[in-house]
Amino acid sequence: MGILHLTPAVYREIRAHGEETYPYECCGALLGTAIPDGWNVVAAVRAGNTRTDSAHNRYHISPLELVKIERDARRQGLGIAGFYHSHPDHPAQWSSTDLAEAHWLGCCYVITAVAQGKAALTNSFRLAGLSEEDKAFEQDTIEMNE
Amino acid sequence: MTIFIPTPLRPFAAGKDAVEVEAATIADALDSLTQAHPDLRKHLFTGEGKLRAFVNLYLNDEDVRYLPAKEATAVTAADTLSIIPSIAGGC
Repeated sequence: MGILHLTPAVYREIRAHGEETYPYECCGALLGTAIPDGWNVVAAVRAGNTRTDSAHNRYHISPLELVKIERDARRQGLGIAGFYHSHPDHPAQWSSTDLAEAHWLGCCYVITAVAQGKAALTNSFRLAGLSEEDKAFEQDTIEMNE
Repeated sequence: MTIFIPTPLRPFAAGKDAVEVEAATIADALDSLTQAHPDLRKHLFTGEGKLRAFVNLYLNDEDVRYLPAKEATAVTAADTLSIIPSIAGGC
């Protein structure tokens, strides 16, 4: 099991985002640096959910928005460590859709359950594996950095 | 031109976040990239040699799929090519 180190501000931000967009899914990118046991995330960047046709149970981030987020991260000496999204009135567990649509091997996918508009559990899953064909989610421990 | 390598593909590109290549077109640039880093090939292309559906390519701020000449588009040394795997999901 790996570790996702978050600052309290990032933790609060991703949960607040999920509450703001309820009953729709929020999404965004997590910026940080790789460390031996996982990722050290120092910033969360909000992204728009382009799945306006089914925003209560689907999310998608525009690739161009990701290009710009990645460019800004690079200027700050950071990289995309992973992504976050919310599950409105649904558990903080990855779904078959999450796995099928996950392609950032080694990165973390953070999911916050939002129950009746209030952020509940937040979990992090690392996309493990060496290729698209053997990828699998493994749960990480979330640790708060001061 | 400069090719930006996304986080998940850096282990297959000697840990680099960007690779400089000399190329006349986007296709040339991808050829040079995968010749220099052969382990990248299976992550970018299917067994039939087509770009994987979830791999997005942006020439500067333009989606390569929507360029008239697509991967045959000419490039210059000042251009950048971003490789961005897609991000989506849901409960």
